[in-house]
Amino acid sequence: MKYLDEYRDSSLARPLVEALKTSVTKPLRIMEVCGSHTMAIFRNGIRSILPRGMELISGPGCPVCVTSSAHMDAFISMADEPGVRLAIFGDLFRVPGSNGSLAEASSRGAKVNIVYSPMDGLEIARKNPDEHVVFLGVGFETTTPTIAATILAAKNQQITNFTVFSTQKTMLPPMRALLDDPNLKIDGLICPGHVSSIIGSSVWEPLADEYGLACVVGGFETADLLKSLILLARQVGEGRPRVENVYPRAVSPEGNLRARQMVEEIFEPADMEWRGLGILPGSGLKIRDKYCEFDAESRFDIRLQAVEEPKGCKCGEILKGICSPRECPLFDSRCTPANPIGPCMVSSEGTCAAYYKYGRE
Amino acid sequence: MSEKTILLDHGSGGLASQKLISDLFLKHLDNPILRSLEDSAILENQPGRLAFTTDSYVVDPIFFPGGDIGKLAVHGTINDLAMRGAKPLCLSLGLILEEGFSLNDLELIIVSISKACNEADVPVVTGDTKVVPRGKGDKIFINTSGIGFVATDISISSQHAKEGDKVILSGTMGDHGITIMTRQAGISVQGNLQSDTMPLHRLVEKLLKELPRDVHTLRDPTRGGVASTLNEIAENSGLCIELSDEALPVRPEVAAACELLGLEPLYLANEGKCLAIVSPEKAEQALEIMHGTPEGADAVIIGTLTATGSSRVIINTPVGGTRVVSPLHGEPLPRIC
Repeated sequence: MKYLDEYRDSSLARPLVEALKTSVTKPLRIMEVCGSHTMAIFRNGIRSILPRGMELISGPGCPVCVTSSAHMDAFISMADEPGVRLAIFGDLFRVPGSNGSLAEASSRGAKVNIVYSPMDGLEIARKNPDEHVVFLGVGFETTTPTIAATILAAKNQQITNFTVFSTQKTMLPPMRALLDDPNLKIDGLICPGHVSSIIGSSVWEPLADEYGLACVVGGFETADLLKSLILLARQVGEGRPRVENVYPRAVSPEGNLRARQMVEEIFEPADMEWRGLGILPGSGLKIRDKYCEFDAESRFDIRLQAVEEPKGCKCGEILKGICSPRECPLFDSRCTPANPIGPCMVSSEGTCAAYYKYGRE
Repeated sequence: MSEKTILLDHGSGGLASQKLISDLFLKHLDNPILRSLEDSAILENQPGRLAFTTDSYVVDPIFFPGGDIGKLAVHGTINDLAMRGAKPLCLSLGLILEEGFSLNDLELIIVSISKACNEADVPVVTGDTKVVPRGKGDKIFINTSGIGFVATDISISSQHAKEGDKVILSGTMGDHGITIMTRQAGISVQGNLQSDTMPLHRLVEKLLKELPRDVHTLRDPTRGGVASTLNEIAENSGLCIELSDEALPVRPEVAAACELLGLEPLYLANEGKCLAIVSPEKAEQALEIMHGTPEGADAVIIGTLTATGSSRVIINTPVGGTRVVSPLHGEPLPRIC
């Protein structure tokens, strides 16, 4: 596969591993923001070859993991509504709310379809005019443009039995919230590649300037990740934090302008609850009033209920990078991928799932 | 037949059932034992020990590139017998049909079963059909059992895997699983994705004829994929299995589809592949034997059994690192971004 195989080649990777060793001149803590990076780092065995002094911490970049229990409960109660069919991304299926999961709702007879694109949800609505199809919008900037495009398509096709329940989130507000927390001490950031392909690499510049944080936008293959770590180590070593981009084949400084315009047309910033981080002002995206006929929350008058997070679950601290999954008392005992207590274990991009799948001793 | 769909009458045991049996099943699956239509099949005594297996097939879609539910049922059961070193003798065929199921589609499936049985030289000798009301089933479910015989000097088991043994995979990973998943998702991927369903008993027969003592374990990595099957072998043998990431064979189109859906080929189902655990001295010879068969033309050595660490599977990655390969938890689900 062009653009993939050449970044996985061991003949390319080995010299980069050597270069990484010589680049680390002082202890440094790097956060990978994105869940796909967390998985790729484990899958490629990169944790096992990190030079002494370099530590990797997983950040809040898994959209399923940061979906609040209150939202999960609202999703599940929607699924139980007669005449409603949910269209969801697969990761969400087994995530527990305060009382069960969508998988359990499905086993009770709720109609839940796993789809691969929001457009699939629209197609289901078109084929089932007697039902109301709700697509659960759970994601970051990467998935928002396709949801916006789907809402535009629904409007153009005059499909009236389709809505979106948007818990779409943006990445900059939580990063600022984390960096303002004195408990989190990090020197550098592997900025999310997929998100940056939409919003551009330049959006991370304020973090480098204001927090003195080394930032590198990275791809997801072995060579991408190793290059990101080398540049971060060099930035820290030189004491010259800035934004560098080792993923130019997908990310430009300004991002995807067309996608951003479409998102701007459909969505507006809103306060949003993040699991583990609480309500962050302006960190979510709600559907504008102009398109309220496609907004499940206003159409069904959904009110979120306050929910206590599961006792003992440290997903909140794990999402903040303050605690490692192995420090959670539930990890690999009561909480496993087969029986997840917290969302970090259930999502395929989740930190706990990554540690469980690849990182157990 | 004038009817176009399955009616509840077809499962009544009365005239409609008899017509279905004579006009469809016997027409395509005819052989002297089945033709007798007795309550059970009488099999002549065979030398060796008896192997007996059963499996049920509920795949959706029922027709897919490279096969269908009927072909899968025949191959799956033959392979379950072959993986214990058995020579498959005969199969049973249990059909659960949903009222309203297309008779044309049923005939296509029975013709496919007939073709698979003839090619494998393993007949269906007994069967059963039930019809459930519309909405109580999903078109067609198939159960097949199989009987085979194991020669007295053959002893294949995952408990027989030994330190130093090599792990051979008979071909590429994930072809069946990704074909089904992309069909379910309605995604078309460039290239020729198709199921790898095929019977492996002839490959096994050749392997065991040449190397009866050096092939210690045979398993077909169906649901849960190569990752889960190797974890079972590690658990049963008490050994660690070390794989080489770069040796794992995956077709480019399968790798591309996996990238798209966020899936790992290691966890995807295969229906025409086997894992052979072979003594290190004879591993190259086993590989050559496999390469000499159509079923094992792409076989590769993917790893080694070691006594280091606990019973687990690890992969040595291209960067010189390692990672653990866990068994599959739950169904593989596509990622969100």
